Order: sequence, then C-alpha cells, then structure tokens
Amino acid sequence: MIDIIIKNLPILVVLTPLMMSLIVVLISNNFLSWLLTLFTTLITFIFSLLLYQEVYLHTAISYALGNWVPPLGIEYLIDKVSIIPIIIIALISFLATFFASKIMPAEINNSSISKVYSLWLLAIAGLIGLVTTGDAFNLFVFLEISSLASVALVAMGGQKDKQALVAAYNYLILGAIGATFYVIGVGLLYGITGTLNLADLSNRIAEISDNKALIAGFGFMVIGIMLKAAVFPLHIWLPRAYAYAPSAVSVLLAATATKASLYILARILFSVFDISDNLVTYTLQYIILPLSILAMFAGTIMAIYEKDIKRLLAHSSIAQIGYITLAFAIGTKASVAAGFIHLFNHALIKGALFMAITSMGFYINKRITINNLSGLGRAMPITFVCFVICSLSLAGIPLTAGFISKLYIIKASISADGIWIAFLILASSALSVVYLWKMIEALWFHESPKVLNIKEKPEIYIALLMITFLNIYFGLDASIVVNSSFEAANQLLGVQK
Amino acid sequence: MISLETYILITILPPLIVCLVTPFLSNNANLRDFLGPLGGIISSYGALEIMNAVLEGKAPSLKLLQIADGIKIGFEVTPLGAIFGLVASVLWIFAAIYSVGYMRGNQEKNQTRFYTFYAMAVHAALCIAYSGDLLTLFIFYEVLTFSTYPLVAHKQNELAQKAGRLYMSILVGSSVIFLLPAIIWVWVVTGSLEMSKNGVLDGNISYEYAPYLLAMFVFGIGKAALIPIHKWLPAAMVAPTPVSALLHAVAVVKAGVFTMLLILTNVFGIDFLSKTGASTWLIWLASFTLLITSIIAIYKDDIKARLAYSTISQLSYITLGGALASAMATQGAVLHIITHAAGKITLFFVAGAIYVGAKMSKISELNGHGKSMPLIFLAFFIGSLSIIGVPPMAGSWSKFFLMLGAAESGYLFVLVVFSISTILNAYYLMEIPARAFFLKKDKEIKVKIPTLIIIPILCTCFLTIILFFTMEPFQNLTSIMVN
Repeated sequence: MIDIIIKNLPILVVLTPLMMSLIVVLISNNFLSWLLTLFTTLITFIFSLLLYQEVYLHTAISYALGNWVPPLGIEYLIDKVSIIPIIIIALISFLATFFASKIMPAEINNSSISKVYSLWLLAIAGLIGLVTTGDAFNLFVFLEISSLASVALVAMGGQKDKQALVAAYNYLILGAIGATFYVIGVGLLYGITGTLNLADLSNRIAEISDNKALIAGFGFMVIGIMLKAAVFPLHIWLPRAYAYAPSAVSVLLAATATKASLYILARILFSVFDISDNLVTYTLQYIILPLSILAMFAGTIMAIYEKDIKRLLAHSSIAQIGYITLAFAIGTKASVAAGFIHLFNHALIKGALFMAITSMGFYINKRITINNLSGLGRAMPITFVCFVICSLSLAGIPLTAGFISKLYIIKASISADGIWIAFLILASSALSVVYLWKMIEALWFHESPKVLNIKEKPEIYIALLMITFLNIYFGLDASIVVNSSFEAANQLLGVQK
Repeated sequence: MISLETYILITILPPLIVCLVTPFLSNNANLRDFLGPLGGIISSYGALEIMNAVLEGKAPSLKLLQIADGIKIGFEVTPLGAIFGLVASVLWIFAAIYSVGYMRGNQEKNQTRFYTFYAMAVHAALCIAYSGDLLTLFIFYEVLTFSTYPLVAHKQNELAQKAGRLYMSILVGSSVIFLLPAIIWVWVVTGSLEMSKNGVLDGNISYEYAPYLLAMFVFGIGKAALIPIHKWLPAAMVAPTPVSALLHAVAVVKAGVFTMLLILTNVFGIDFLSKTGASTWLIWLASFTLLITSIIAIYKDDIKARLAYSTISQLSYITLGGALASAMATQGAVLHIITHAAGKITLFFVAGAIYVGAKMSKISELNGHGKSMPLIFLAFFIGSLSIIGVPPMAGSWSKFFLMLGAAESGYLFVLVVFSISTILNAYYLMEIPARAFFLKKDKEIKVKIPTLIIIPILCTCFLTIILFFTMEPFQNLTSIMVN
C-alpha cells in the first residue's frame, strides 16, 4: 500500500484535491464540507512532504502519466526546483483552509459554501498541477483550471460587495489574455520543435539557433506568464482581485497564486531556454531587471498612499514580486536561490498578514480601511501581535523569515557586482516601513471612536498563530529553506553552465 | 568551577529575565523595582569574571544558534567587548536604583512597561558587547533600537511621539540602508561574517574601495552620532532622565562607538587603515563634529540638551581615536568609553535630580541653588572635571592617551582640536555649577530630592575618582587589544 502511494506521489498530490473537489460539492452540510476540505489539504500537504523526501533521495522523479513514456506521453516531473512551490502551495492551502472555518460562513451564503470549497480545492489542484507537470500544454490546462477556479472564488465576494464582480471580470479577461499568450507561445515552439515535453523542448531548442519563430514563441510565453505572475506593469488585475475576494480566498490566493506562476517563469527562463543564450540574458537584463526595480518602488509607493488595507497589502505584494523577479533577473546561482528563498518566505509573510487583517475585518464586521483600524490593536491583542511580527518579517527585521530573504538577495546582488541594486532594494524595503508603521500606529496608538468589546476566537487565531510561528521559525533556523533553494538553483542553472 | 560559557550567560541573561518577569509584577511594585539592581549585580559579577578571563588571554565564546550555513548567532568576547560589557552592567546597577527614585519621585505613568524595555535594552547592549560575528552584532544593534523606542516615546504626547519617530527613522534607516549592506559586502569579499583581532579585510578588498566601505559603516552606525546623523540624540532627550542617563549616555551611544571601534580594529585592522589611509576622511569628519557640537552645546539652555550635544562631541573623541589608526589613540578611545560613561551618567543623574527635586530644567533657572542642593552640584562639578580631563579624575587618562595617539600618528592638528574642545567643554559644563554656587538666587524654591536618587549620584561620582587610580586592568586590556 505504502509502496503504491510512494510510487504514485507525483500524481496523488494533484489528484487528491481534484477528486475531492468533486465530492465536496455534493455535501450539503457546511461543517462537513469544510472538514473534508481540511482533511484533503492535510493529506495533500503530507503527500508533498513525502515527495520532498523522495526528491532528495532520487534527485528527480519523472512520472509517466498512464504509462505513456515521455516525450510522447504527459510527464509529471518533480525535481528539487518544483518541490519548493509544491510545498508552499500545500502548506498554505492547509493553513488557509483551517483559517476559513469561521470566516467563510460570515461572508458566503449558507447554500453556496460547499460550492466554494469545491472551487477552493479545484484551484489548489490547478496550482499544484501547474508546478508538477513537465508538459507545456498540460501546464496550460492547469493554468486555466486554477485561473477559472480562482476567478469564481473571487466572484463569490460579490455576495457581500458587488465590486467583487468587476474585480473577478477583470481577473478573468486578463487571465485569459495571459493564458492565450502562453498557449500561442507554446504553439510556435511546437511548430519548430515538434514536442511539448519541457525537457525535450529544452534539448531541441538548444540545437536551433537564430529562428524568428523561436524568439516570438519565447516572447509570448514569457509575457503570458508575467501577466499571470503580476509582474509590474502587468499587475493591474491583482489589487482588485485580492481586495474584493472573500477573506479566506484572499489569504489563499495572495500566498500561492502568483508563486506558482513565478516558478513557471523561472522554469521557462532557465530550464526550457538557456541562461547562456543572448535571448534570455537580454530579457533578464533589459526587461525583467528594470521592471522589477520599478515594481519595487511603484508597489511600495502605491501601498503608502492606499487607504483600503487589503488593497494596500496587494500593492505590497507587487513590490515583493518585484524582489523575486529581480533576484531571478540577476541570473547567478546565488541570486536565483535567493529568489526561491523569498518565494517561500513571502508566501508565509503575506498569507499571515492577510489572515491578520481579514480576521480584524471579521471581528468588526466592516471593510478594513486605515480609518477604522483605530484602536483595534488593543482590542485584539493576539491578532495584533501576530500582525506586528509578520510586518517586521515583511520589513526584513532580523530574527524573522523576511530577514533571511533580504540577506540573501542583497548578498547575491553584491556578489554580482550590483551594489547599486542592493541599495535600491534596501531603500524600497525601508520605504515599506512607512506603510507598515502607518497601520501599526493606527492599530495601537489611535483611540477607537467607540468602545470595542471583542473576544478573539481560537478557531480564527490558531491558524494565524501557526503561520506567525513559521515566520519566526524560518528566521531562526533557515537552513532547510536556504539549502533547498540553493539545490534548486543548482539544478536550474548548473547543468547548462 | 563555572565554565566561561556560563559566565557569558550569567552576564547577558539577568536583564533578559528581568525583562520577561517584570510585566507580571505590575501589582507588586517593590519586588519589580528591586529586580533591576539585583540583575545588575549578577550581570556585573559575570562581566567581571569574563574580564579577568580575557585579561589572562582567553576568549570566552558561546554559540547560540545556527541559522543557516555561515550564519549564526554566537558570542565571543574581545577585550573591547569585555570592557563595554562591564561598563554597561555596572552602570545598570546605579541606573536601576536611580530609575526607581526618579520614576516614583516624578510619579510617571506606565512604570512596568518602562522597566520591561529598560531591561531589554540593557540585554541588547550586553549582547552587542559580546557578539562574536558581524551578524550577531547587527541583530542586537537593531534589538537595541527597537527596545528603546517605547522608552523614548514614553510620555506618549505629541512631542514624544514625534521624537520617537525621528529616533526610529534615523537609527533604523541608517542601519538598514548602510550598515547591513556594508556587513554583507564584508561577507562577500571575505567569505565569512567572522572578525579577527587584526582585521579581516587586508588582501580581500582593493585599496580604492576601502574608504567607501568604511563610509558605509560610519554612516550605518547611526548610534555613534556623527554629523549629519546625530539629530536623533537631542531628540531622544524627551525620554525620562534615567533613559537619557543609562541609554543615551552609556548603552546606546556606547554601543555605537563600540561598534565603530570594533569595525575599525577587527574588520579593517589598524595596520590596514594606516597603510591605506582609508580613515583619513573620518578624522576630519570626527574633528568637525567634535568642535561644532561643542559650540552648539554652549547655546543650549536646556540642561539635557546641552548634555546631549556634549555627548555627541565626546563620542567623536572615540571615533576620532579609532580613525587615527594608531595603537595609542585606539587605547585612548577605548578608555574614553569607560571614563566618559562614568562622568556623563553622573551629569545626567544630576539633571534628573534637579528636575525631580526642584522642577527645573533650564540652566538659566539654576542661579544660586547650589546651597539648597550642595551634594548634587558638587557631583556635577566632579563629573564635569572628569569629562574635561582634569586629574585626578578618570577622564584625564583617556584624553592623555588620545593626545599621545594623535601625536604618534602625526596628525598634529588633532591636538589643536582636542585643546580647543577642552576649553569649550570647560566653558559649557562649568557654567552650571558656577551659576549654582556663585550667582544670586532669583526665587526661593522648595527642594526635595529622594534618597534613591542621591545615592547613585554619589556612587557614580565617586567612581570617576576611583577609576583614576584603578585604570591599570583596563589599560592592560587595551594593550592586549592593540598588540
């Protein structure tokens, strides 16, 4: 039994949530459907941990779907690179589901809760599938599954605030454009190489030199994925979508959705194409690097002037995505590793901040803007402390996970003779303190207009405590994250050089 | 037999324990207020033992936590660290007693929060003193800033919050934007975060880059308060006086110059600096700061503001001593950490005592009050003499070494700077006891100073005299450091 599970792990991490989503939709009892979802995400998380262990035993697992041997059949490829986003998605899904227990019923009509959980699992399955698959077209399928499920989830926010429908529509259209660009790129590459398997594609591309269709294909794929990953200036769908989605959905999407796309971006740039190729080098240096720097500042500045807190956090995500793409753009092993470190840490940080803010919104039963944060910190000390710790983590203060990210990104940029990049990163992260402080000051120092009588509920803050704990834990013992990220970077860049 | 690792813990843990226990004792004020001095005594005992071990040539070390490959939090005591650790822990005893007198005499609010963060700050200062590598140093440097913020903004009024914001933005901003990349730069070029006795940079960085790296360190260490990053120190004076006394005359600012000296000696190395001349510009900057702030001090009528500018000026002595890159000057700089701490804490204690006892904070109000508070003003007089550098006060030793060092390194203009500054020191400090003793009283004021305030003042005042005669072990430590 165990043997069979271990052998089929690569497909099980995708199939478990996918199949369960079909079952969950049939359950009419809300609590039961939540419990089943929680159970599914837990199992998925355990599978992902087992998979981590397996990957480190065998360096990479190639799984031929339906025993059709790649490159003809669809291959699921799990190596030291893809295991990182798998773990992130599985871990955050579990925590977010845990968090959703009380939050979800407060915002969603009773009759649609089980549908929401079904979509929820579908989105998770799509995201995990996205990173497990080794097939370019299959990747498109999962991209669509996860997008459509997320769009529907965002639209669920419409039961409370009609703005969510507009946000979901934007998300849908732009997401569809991104996916179309990607699939056009895949089509072009398929036309030249005649293969859809990513590894095979990589080998064949290496043999072709100077082909206009190749360049076009590359361009379409990269831009499509950049749109999905909300790389500045292709980010416009993100703030609205995160801001108006139901609270628990914001947590899930903010921490996982763009991470999967960022991973795909890295995969295309470094693994399918070759970093030693001029095409990739120019893209990194002249497109992604400047855009990332713009993203860092634009995201931060927009966040400073934003009044709606969920949007503020979404703007901050754009800046943080900028750090990650910047790390990729520097293009050394150390910097790509740093990018993966931040990929992981940022999921923890942003997930936690969204949890803290949305639970505050739950307690006061209002949309959270900077004005009605006044005095909430004193009324809900546990949530507030978690919020402060994770803010410190976002600002990169020592002894938190965020510090480790910053340390490695800066070290990588200085090693690559880019001390000016280091200064820019530090300047923008110093700026981020402005909006974090703005929130903390309102929460703690401003007086609340009316007496708040709030009792914090364990069902809500336990998940928050867990993710906050992880923020501290990975600040104190970062060796697993750091080592796995360096292994991933070695695998991505090592072979070609 | 207690091992050296344990002594490190005996030194750094008491303030942490005090910090963790204090919040639970808000209903038992006497026990709560007793913990501070008790912790100080235990810490000082540990620090003393560690200093003895370092004098014997040992280097006590303790690894706390491995964060990732090449990143750890650990302690390793250098002679410089042993000195700073001892200074901070011993003065904590007196400051803790004094705080009780001050906070009660002044009926301050939120006393429990005050003691909690006060102890936290001392803990951070001790950890800085003993830190074994650059990252540990950086981490506790930041902890120190964060733990002192609630103390600066203690009064929670508009002014205090504004000061607190300025304090945080300058100290955190400078350290994050300059100090952190400087540390990482060293990490990149040397391949590790370790420091060593003779510096680690020689051969690892080209001579033309060295001054830029040094500049990143100098402007990153905001706590050393060189112009133009000195503004936070006068702003921080809105804090209750015990904070100004222990933290902004001893722990925080000394942590700044301590870090500065450690970087100059153990990262760059004296030989490397004198060979490359990387620190020549710093000599000019420090001299400039030293003179300008002495002049500003003359024009300040608020006692604490004047003392704050005097502190900035005295800190520049220490930075200057390190920048001269000669053995003598470095020794002088280290000794100045001790002597200035003892002298300046006395002066701040007195300023607080006058405020609590007579509700006066302006120098112009002090006329003729010497007779009603004779002991207090006598202590101020003695403390001032020490800072000016008159024997037989402790301050004379450090100034003597600094001057010798300036002569040894060949920067003769620095001697002139020192002389002018001494005259200015005498002018702006002596004005206070002179007004109190020799001018006529403007109005009668009822004076009542709590005993708990007077005792620590007398102790630290006495310390400035004793130190003159017991400088030998410290001087031995500094010679271990430079040889």
